[in-house]
Amino acid sequence: MDKTSPPARRPAEPDIAPVPDGTGHFGEFGGLFAPESLMAALEQLAKEYEAARHDPRFRAELDDLLRDYASRPTRVTEAKRFGAEHAGGCRVLLKREDLAHTGSHKINNVLGQVLLTKRMSKTRVIAETGAGQHGVATATACALLGLECAVYMGEEDTRRQALNVSRMRMLGAEVIPVTAGTRTLKDAMNEAFRDWVTTVDYTHYCIGSVGGPHPFPMMVRDFQRIIGVEAREQVLSLTGRLPDAVVACVGGGSNAIGVFHAFIPDGGVRLVGCEAGGDGDAPGRNAATLTYGSTGVLHGMRTYVLQDDEGQTLDTHSISAGLDYPGVGPEHSWLKDTGRAEYRSVSDAEAMEGFAALCRTEGIIPAIESSHALAGAMRVGRELGPEGLILVNLSGRGDKDVATASAWFGV
Amino acid sequence: MSSSAVTTAFAKAAAENRAALVGYLPAGFPDKDTGIKAALAMARAGADVIEVGLPYSDPLMDGPVIADAVYRSLKGGTRVKDVLDTVAAISTAGTAALVMTYWNPVDHYGVAAFARDLASAGGSGLITPDLTPEESGDWPRVSDEHDLDRVYLVAPSSPHARIAAITRLCRGFVYAASLMGITGTRDSVSAGAAGLVARTREHTTLPVAVGLGVSTPEQAHEVAGFADGVIVGSAFVRRLAAAPTPQDGIAAVRELTEALAVGVRRG
Ligand SMILES: Cc1ncc(COP(=O)(O)O)c(C=O)c1O
Repeated sequence: MDKTSPPARRPAEPDIAPVPDGTGHFGEFGGLFAPESLMAALEQLAKEYEAARHDPRFRAELDDLLRDYASRPTRVTEAKRFGAEHAGGCRVLLKREDLAHTGSHKINNVLGQVLLTKRMSKTRVIAETGAGQHGVATATACALLGLECAVYMGEEDTRRQALNVSRMRMLGAEVIPVTAGTRTLKDAMNEAFRDWVTTVDYTHYCIGSVGGPHPFPMMVRDFQRIIGVEAREQVLSLTGRLPDAVVACVGGGSNAIGVFHAFIPDGGVRLVGCEAGGDGDAPGRNAATLTYGSTGVLHGMRTYVLQDDEGQTLDTHSISAGLDYPGVGPEHSWLKDTGRAEYRSVSDAEAMEGFAALCRTEGIIPAIESSHALAGAMRVGRELGPEGLILVNLSGRGDKDVATASAWFGV
Repeated sequence: MSSSAVTTAFAKAAAENRAALVGYLPAGFPDKDTGIKAALAMARAGADVIEVGLPYSDPLMDGPVIADAVYRSLKGGTRVKDVLDTVAAISTAGTAALVMTYWNPVDHYGVAAFARDLASAGGSGLITPDLTPEESGDWPRVSDEHDLDRVYLVAPSSPHARIAAITRLCRGFVYAASLMGITGTRDSVSAGAAGLVARTREHTTLPVAVGLGVSTPEQAHEVAGFADGVIVGSAFVRRLAAAPTPQDGIAAVRELTEALAVGVRRG
């Protein structure tokens, strides 16, 4: 890639953002690295999505579902005790994606993609899932709209997120445990791609985060942008000002892009992404891609990747299945390199501290993924002090995590 | 453009009224030495071109047989150097060797450095299953500089415009994926393969070889009826994986190659 003289690139969606360009590039990141067998389907998807997003009927149908089915807009709740006792007295507001139907932000994206599946006259949807929240959301939307659903999930994750496996099966989806590699999210994604190459005629691959080949990173961002669009208004009307920082956890990066996006033009608002620091900075002991990774190509996109000296993807570790991924959405790579967003590594132990803190001070059991954002907010809050105002994206609820948390705390 | 070893191999096969036989083996499987011996046995038994797989942690286009083999190869410590050593052994023995690789290991190594080292190992070029023409960056220029072939894939779903763009970039031959799917043996040759070859030929005079799911001499014979080359991978890897000893594995690869070499004859 010629990095010295990038060609003048036209935005794919000039009405939404300057990036990506028409072939999915966020600066040098993103793009489209995919087997030729998938190219026709990806081109069809990009075209259908572009048509759909300008189609008032599609918009109305999606808006109705988001409101009446998924319970949007989700609330913003002030976490007074949490802020006072754990975040340096800083004022902390929670964007309550945990209250969306199915218990996380994943439903926002899934409803959009499943409506698109219908529009493309496909009858089957597949998904990868780590924490199981994206799998549950996909199974839910497929039940609602009468589509066949298969979800790939690493075997390790089927064990640690057993509740969500049961939920998916209850909803009529087939859950396929993946036994390759470290048996986590990356391996589930590999397997979903293999299925898709074979069944692409009638199957849509509903990717659960802002990763993958174009148009996925852009499309999923667009479906998740609603989080920040709502939250910006809500924070303004609640406090009369913009927050000093917006904090979110980053796995693939969809809830983070979702809440960040509306704030990107607000130069004074810090955007802080919290990655899974696992139990150490040694290779294989974390999933903090933007902290420890380097540029590479994984799952169809150019982005930061946790890889060894020969470009082999590293094993990852995180206490949270949803963040246990060696890549990250390309828009985050771009936000990091342009300096617009900052990314921090949050360890398993810090995340569990955030988890406990929210349980005990606010009566809210957060997902362990979201707990990374809470721990990040505790740090940022102490930096900002009592004058500060932080918006935290509480991306999901923690019912699925009570077994892991009980084992961690020995209760 | 000078004529590459791959071009020569396809021309020789055509002159003998047969399709070229292209065999795939991942480097370092079941170990480096056995992998090299198996490739050399393949070459001696009648393979015209050998694809050396560069093991990669996330082989999206591979079914369980090849995915397991490359996983074991990586666990055994295979590195790019071992892949290049395998290529050197094959080309020294006089057979054209291409490296089949997902893009990230090349990207990480550096495209120019990889091309240089592949060329100096005597390699003929790269087969790149997840590289699109759009994202090829410096590879076309650098491969020209080192006189390396560029084999991209066309698929049954590729529209004419894409086939045109892909074949324009290819050098050596064009890889026609016989079906929509991943590597692995199948019971019959996909009905769409002949049509894809015909459509590809509307855009290029390069040889067109068919791969994915071809495993038996009968299937090779059928494919030789409409294509310039027959690519076999999983069937070899499966034999190596199933063999009780390395010697048995090499013998099984040799026997299959001999049978396929008969299969690719026309008439
Ligand atoms: C509650 C919750 N938050 C965050 C994530 C991480 O995904 P992303 O970074 O795409 O938001 C997950 C993924 O499973 C999740 O379930």
